[in-house]
Amino acid sequence: MLLYSQPLELTKLVHSLDAFFRSSLSPFWATLVEGILIGIAILAAYALIALALIYIERKIAAFFQSRLGPNRLGKYGVIQSIADMIKILIKEIIHVNKIDKLLYYLAPFFVIVASVLSFGAIPFGQSLQAVDFNIGVFYVLAVSSIGVIGILLAGWSSNNKYSMIGAMRSGAQFISYELSAGFSLMTIVVLSGTMQFSELIEGQRYCWNLFNGHIPAFIAFVIFLISGHAETNRGPFDLPEAESELTAGYHTEYSGLRFGFFYLAEYLNMFIIAAIATTVFLGGWMPIQIKGWDAFNQVMWYIPSWIWFFGKAFVLMFLSLWVRWSFPRLRIDLLLNLEWKYLLPINLVNILVMVIIVLSGLTLADIFPAVFGK
Amino acid sequence: MSFSKYISGIYTGLKSLVGGMMVTWKQFWSKKVTMEYPENRKTLVISDRWRSELIMPHDENNEHACTACGICMRNCPNGTINVISKKVVNEEGKSRVALDKHLWDYGMCTFCNICVISCPSNAIIFNNDFEGAVFDREKLHHQLNHPGSKLREKKKTVPAAPKTPVAPASEATEATRPTPSVVTAGTSTSPADNKTDNAPKTNPSGNLSNEHTDKENN
Repeated sequence: MLLYSQPLELTKLVHSLDAFFRSSLSPFWATLVEGILIGIAILAAYALIALALIYIERKIAAFFQSRLGPNRLGKYGVIQSIADMIKILIKEIIHVNKIDKLLYYLAPFFVIVASVLSFGAIPFGQSLQAVDFNIGVFYVLAVSSIGVIGILLAGWSSNNKYSMIGAMRSGAQFISYELSAGFSLMTIVVLSGTMQFSELIEGQRYCWNLFNGHIPAFIAFVIFLISGHAETNRGPFDLPEAESELTAGYHTEYSGLRFGFFYLAEYLNMFIIAAIATTVFLGGWMPIQIKGWDAFNQVMWYIPSWIWFFGKAFVLMFLSLWVRWSFPRLRIDLLLNLEWKYLLPINLVNILVMVIIVLSGLTLADIFPAVFGK
Repeated sequence: MSFSKYISGIYTGLKSLVGGMMVTWKQFWSKKVTMEYPENRKTLVISDRWRSELIMPHDENNEHACTACGICMRNCPNGTINVISKKVVNEEGKSRVALDKHLWDYGMCTFCNICVISCPSNAIIFNNDFEGAVFDREKLHHQLNHPGSKLREKKKTVPAAPKTPVAPASEATEATRPTPSVVTAGTSTSPADNKTDNAPKTNPSGNLSNEHTDKENN
């Protein structure tokens, strides 16, 4: 029945693969093979999404500046980012003297591993999630913070004052905004009562958390977008690599593929922030469902869940790019002002308001159980 | 900082951020200014004032207005122009100086326009055929006078029929010959000369020849 009602869903493929391995191999080898396959799939998705994102970013950036963007290679320049990838792969890696060799070579891997780890926990669609942790939100917050170690190491080991200043700025910024991002996600955890991504999504079947928690959820959403944006070192918060002051910040001394790792991680972090916001606030891969409208719900399910997921994530990424190309860069003290004097106090009050709303039954699902109830 | 100021600060901050985003949103949907050059050759508009290649307009009798006076050569700031003259003997048996070769180096020219301004006979102009790239440096050395061309005689009756210009596209030719105000003034104030010349007003090189004769008449 599921096969006919949702023809483009990947559930059946995943389940039949699983059944095939389980039936033909011993449990240990089946798990190992599946683990390797999932790893390959995640890395491939990581690279492909990064390529797509770089193209999308360049196009959107161009449109915000009344340009056309890449338009030479392929129709509308679609294979431009593949050409760029080949270029960065064959570029010479310049060896720098008087660096801390071990840390210097290690730093890009910290950044990219943190990015891949949090990428792996994202539910991309129905049954398209590598591991469904019962503390998924907490896990993502924890592993995404590893990235800042890589940035600090890169700045420190480059033995270059600009890199060092860039890295210190990045560290200050990242640690500050990590607080806000964590608290805004905690607000939603209070609302939905779970940290597991699958349960979070299931709980938003008829009413997204953004609407279910109305005012505090909306405030948490805005704060998460701002702080997530700041964590990715982009847009108005890109002062760790402020090119007018610090040449390129922490990755000044990196070249070739090592620089490519930082670059890739930056783009993927933008996607990861959008994906987490999608999952936590906008119902994840769950299609739009309205209670009682069974025909409508069925039609919505015809669109595969991963398209819903990427569609919602794209809207948030567009918002991020829109912000990036709208606002001038913040000064470092204003940046910390924004976090410590505005976002954090508002967030603390907000989480309290959310607790009161949940305890006194003022969420939309509690007020209108017939429309929005689970 | 009082509490009300804090709250109003947040409000005005958010308001200005949304205002800024609205501005970029409009920009996002605005018409894009990028010109996709090789594809848009047909619709490409090059300014009339764009100076690209120095040419010497010839009329349909293969005659130009250059008297080989060499003023352009002497005025050229970096020696781009080389005017080589020769002595010719006319029907009356008088020996006169005439143009042998007007040489111009595309690679050295700074396009300052001094040669065009200083030319007393308006014999040379800049066109705007901007695609001047060649694979051989020798091809940058242009000889402006056509082979076998000679000086246009004064008071000579020129039959009407616009000659096909040197520049490639017809749109380009319109823009190619910038018609300075002096020229139009000359043609409008002295209609008699135009009649004697019988030169078509639509032809820009014809206008130039008018100008040439006007000056000499004056």
